[in-house]
Amino acid sequence: MELLSFGDTGWGDEMLRACFMTLAVSLCAMAFGLVLAIPFVLMKLSQSWILKTFANFFTTIVRGIPELLIIYLFFFGSSAAIMYVASIFGYDGYIEINAFLVGAFCVGIICAAYSTEVLRGAVKAIPKGQIEASHAFGIRGTRMLFGVMIPQTLRIALPGIGNIWQLVLKDTALISVTGLVEIMRQAHVASGSTRNPFLFLVTAAILYLILTTISNKFFQKAETKYSKGFV
Amino acid sequence: MNFNLIYESFFQILKGLGTSLEIIFLSLILGLMLSIFIVIMRLSKNMALNTFSRSFVFIIRGTPLLVQIYFIYYGLAQFPAVRDSIVWIVLKEPFWCGVLALTINTAAYTSEIIRSGLNSIIKGQIESATAFGMTKFMAFKRILLPQAIRQSIPAYSNEIILMIKASSLVSIITIMEMTGIARKIISKTFAPIEVFIAAGIIYLLLNYLVTEIFKKIEKKYSIV
Repeated sequence: MELLSFGDTGWGDEMLRACFMTLAVSLCAMAFGLVLAIPFVLMKLSQSWILKTFANFFTTIVRGIPELLIIYLFFFGSSAAIMYVASIFGYDGYIEINAFLVGAFCVGIICAAYSTEVLRGAVKAIPKGQIEASHAFGIRGTRMLFGVMIPQTLRIALPGIGNIWQLVLKDTALISVTGLVEIMRQAHVASGSTRNPFLFLVTAAILYLILTTISNKFFQKAETKYSKGFV
Repeated sequence: MNFNLIYESFFQILKGLGTSLEIIFLSLILGLMLSIFIVIMRLSKNMALNTFSRSFVFIIRGTPLLVQIYFIYYGLAQFPAVRDSIVWIVLKEPFWCGVLALTINTAAYTSEIIRSGLNSIIKGQIESATAFGMTKFMAFKRILLPQAIRQSIPAYSNEIILMIKASSLVSIITIMEMTGIARKIISKTFAPIEVFIAAGIIYLLLNYLVTEIFKKIEKKYSIV
């Protein structure tokens, strides 16, 4: 237990800080993923087959390839790409990209692919009659989008988004391979230097369980709140 | 883009396909068997068994697979008691650690799939089966089980795809399956995009195959 104390001798404060790092990466990735999903949803719902194929291509590839490979691609690929650009300008040193940014970007892309499917399903679940009805009331364009479509899409998509959030939380553990000090990385470092992997891995597991349980409760509350009046 | 490199790494990565498939198949089969026990425990009236099954599923589904793999590979090996016991024959091999972690992981998810499949069957069916003079076991075997399997097939095909993707994680504990080889090539050639394309094609083909097979199975067992 001494090993988990706060202060210089224990790893408690480091683990807690790592826990906030996991939360921060997850939140950034989720926000990025949801925003990125919007254009893909629009593409999937559009009439143009080129846009549709492009969006399908994106979601199929990201959902069909292991997350670890995607992280390797961007972690090694992004610094190679930037170093290439830098070499054009005459800089030949090694450039390493911030692990936080790459991590949030990778998990965000994965999140975007899954969110696209969830949001597309939610949009499709809104009865067509509602669009006709709002037209009949003279509600069109952005007013219909923000007043009728988006609130309902979000309500229907909420359980799916909750699942994706859990997925994102757990996927951030994979970013530890890039060296970002989140829960998994910190647990690994601590177990290496104290030779007590059991303790730190159990701590990591408990931290993840706390994160998933709290967010689960949060989403359940949100679901009951926003499904008032619906069966 | 170096097409030659894509071509070369494709065949190099393909050498890891055997290991990947072994891990996937073993853990899927063992996981399916384990999940049946977990479902039975969950449905039993015994409080202890029920709680055990519930907490098992809760813990496994609430933590990343990477934690589970590390826990089995590094965490358990810490204790001399484990290293001296008979389980060490299994746990000293990274391969079996990976299989064990994936088995436990898929068992938790599969048990939920089976449970929801069983729950989806209307209770009246079992009652009418008993009214026709079937024993409880017979009703389970002839009425409940076939329908539960049919209900579970789509979700289970998803789980298989998740497992194919999850099998890439065992490369972190030094197993040279497809992703492990891909990583090795990346660190040798510094060409992540080419290697990603080569490895990605294999994974996508694998997943496509599973989807197609399960579409056939679904069609075969659907009633409509």
